[in-house]
Amino acid sequence: MSEATASDEIEVTLNGEARGVPAGLSLTGLLEHLDQDPAAVVVERNREIVRGDDRDETEVRAGDEIEIVHFVGGG
Amino acid sequence: MSTQRTKTKTDGGDGERPAGDEDVLELGGRTFRSRLIAGTGKYPDPETRLAALRASGAEMVTVAVRRVDLDASDDASILGQLGGDEFFLLPNTAGCTTAEEAVRYARLGREAGVGDWVKLEVVGDDETLLPDVSETLEAAERLVDEGFEVLAYTNDDLVTALRLQEIGVTAVMPLASPIGSGLGLLNPVNVRILKRRLDVPVIVDAGVGTASDACETMEQGVDGILMNTALAEADDPVRMAGAMRRAVEAGRMAYLAGRMPSREYAVPSSPREGTLD
Repeated sequence: MSEATASDEIEVTLNGEARGVPAGLSLTGLLEHLDQDPAAVVVERNREIVRGDDRDETEVRAGDEIEIVHFVGGG
Repeated sequence: MSTQRTKTKTDGGDGERPAGDEDVLELGGRTFRSRLIAGTGKYPDPETRLAALRASGAEMVTVAVRRVDLDASDDASILGQLGGDEFFLLPNTAGCTTAEEAVRYARLGREAGVGDWVKLEVVGDDETLLPDVSETLEAAERLVDEGFEVLAYTNDDLVTALRLQEIGVTAVMPLASPIGSGLGLLNPVNVRILKRRLDVPVIVDAGVGTASDACETMEQGVDGILMNTALAEADDPVRMAGAMRRAVEAGRMAYLAGRMPSREYAVPSSPREGTLD
């Protein structure tokens, strides 16, 4: 792995799984990177819900635990 | 005597509607015409789900909070289909086993933008899915404090139900029988006791298997029924939803009408007078 690649990617825990994502993304950028509709999901970073407006300013950092959830069928 | 006392008095019973236009379910400041609340899980496909929900007449439907499958290309979110004005969405905390988790799920559900209502469900045993009473009470307390309208799934135990009422839940939801079992109303006496003693609405949640179960449950005088598997796992969910809608109405209507006394002897329906010698 080259140094350039290493500095371009950080590892986070995304929905319970370790995953490399580009460094320097905001949460909004992460959702875009993951092809997720920002209006259809709720995002939690390190157990704190991050609301729509704050997602732009919240940078994803190495080691973050991020949950992206939505509604599914249930009783 | 006591069942008479708790009976809803309405003047509008005309044999067509359960009790005219006045017999509505009031819950957390909202008014529902349907006393059937439907779950949205386990349907064979989304189209059948939507058709069944419509056939059930339900205005309030439950949804679950789950991780997005980040590797799936199709959108599994239910908001696209049910997120409009047609249904009032009630997020649940299904899958939670502690108060801590339930509060977390409730907050996530609220954040998804459907308001601050939650169906609280904290399960204490994997095989029976029976509720964990102490965790349910703790979660209810925290959620009521946070301003949630809490509809609390619980067992049919009066003391737990009274504690939930004291905490300030919006509705107490005793089970008819275990979740997904379809065993019907196992203990009508307990459910009647709950209804007689509580001031908050009592909605039976879980266990009804077919229309007669729903009807019998409503005949106990409860305020509503929440059902999922009975619809979703029927061979024809849409037809079963129609049956359930009628059964809930029939049971409600029969309760309001006041049934005849049951006797352990016969009483002829035709006059004894005037029979031929």
